[in-house]
Amino acid sequence: MSNESIKAVASASDRAFALSKALQEQALIPEGYVEKFTEIMENDFDPANGARVVARAWVDPAYRELLLRDGTAACDQFGYTGAQGEYIVALQNTPTLQNVIVCTLCSCTAWPVLGLPPDWYKSFEYRSRVVRESRTVLREMGLDLPNEVEIRVWDTSAETRYMVLPLRPSGTEGWTEAQLASIVTKDVLIGIARPEVPTTGTPPQ
Amino acid sequence: MDGIHDLGGVQGFGRIQHIANSLSYKPVFHEDWEHLGYSLLFLGAAELGLFNVDELRHAIERLEPRQYLASSYYDRIVVGTASLFVEKGAITQRRLEELAGGAYPLALPLGPGRAANPPQAPFNVGDPVKVRDEFVCGHTRMPAYVRGKHGIVVHRTTHEWPFPDTVGHGLPCACEPTYHVQFTTQELWGDAADAGTVVVDLFGGYLLKA
Repeated sequence: MSNESIKAVASASDRAFALSKALQEQALIPEGYVEKFTEIMENDFDPANGARVVARAWVDPAYRELLLRDGTAACDQFGYTGAQGEYIVALQNTPTLQNVIVCTLCSCTAWPVLGLPPDWYKSFEYRSRVVRESRTVLREMGLDLPNEVEIRVWDTSAETRYMVLPLRPSGTEGWTEAQLASIVTKDVLIGIARPEVPTTGTPPQ
Repeated sequence: MDGIHDLGGVQGFGRIQHIANSLSYKPVFHEDWEHLGYSLLFLGAAELGLFNVDELRHAIERLEPRQYLASSYYDRIVVGTASLFVEKGAITQRRLEELAGGAYPLALPLGPGRAANPPQAPFNVGDPVKVRDEFVCGHTRMPAYVRGKHGIVVHRTTHEWPFPDTVGHGLPCACEPTYHVQFTTQELWGDAADAGTVVVDLFGGYLLKA
């Protein structure tokens, strides 16, 4: 065995920075490229975007119709397009249907409307189990649905990117779009949770 | 390929470490190197055009299975991206190891891809279909759990993309729509599953009219 093959594997951090450095040495990274892309990932891709889309669909029937017919065009009205958002399909929940999103093969997500995928969504546990044990997995994560509610899991196995359009909860009559958007979390947009009205019954400020 | 990445329906994993709505979305990245994964991936794929995202997915699938399972998500992105930059000749593994100060294992070698095989006539919403009972050595986006299974087309996309089994090997090919095909969990796993439905986004080349 040569010395090469018994060298300890460098840490993930050291390997990531080494890749960056090796590309810099070849002058392959335009100045500011990584900083700009990181800024987009951290700030522009945000589940608050998807929440605004849902809130608009709850108050505007024409927009809702557009969202369900052409999700990409509806999201584009807010400017929510770009990488991993070129073909967006909104999945409508009903009193007897709960839609849930996964990517079993990697971890594809609609970045511009949902933000980058959270750690749990990328876990081997979620990727392996939610397609086969959807009701059990949702219950473990805190959403215990009655048996008459069908759970439909959407595997993001090609380039369609999904978002869930949840049911508007009762007790939100008269709320503004911003107030409505505030109860639509990333987990609601993925489908493992439903929007919750604060127990006080008053809209969030 | 029938790889370790193809996790849908695989048994033995435990609870998901998350309770709904318990987390703030921020910070997006937890360690100071994690942003480099996607940034350098998009540098290679979008800015430099050296490779495409299907090639990146396949590079990650080509990680040695124990490395795949032991690596974090962003580490897999970094290693997949590094593998492609090396395979395309932009940098060398030796230089990566020098800079990292240790071994830098990359993806195992790329095999041949296969040609696209779109259906002669497109499928329509409501069509019963059967997923081809076939085994693919290279990149594919047909999860193993639907192989040979029957479902119903619920949507045909209005947008088109190149066939992953071809383009994932860096080969050119025409674009085609994909089909959202709905299956019952009974069809996929018999009684050894929770009752429910699963919709998988499949290229026409994976499907036969049933």
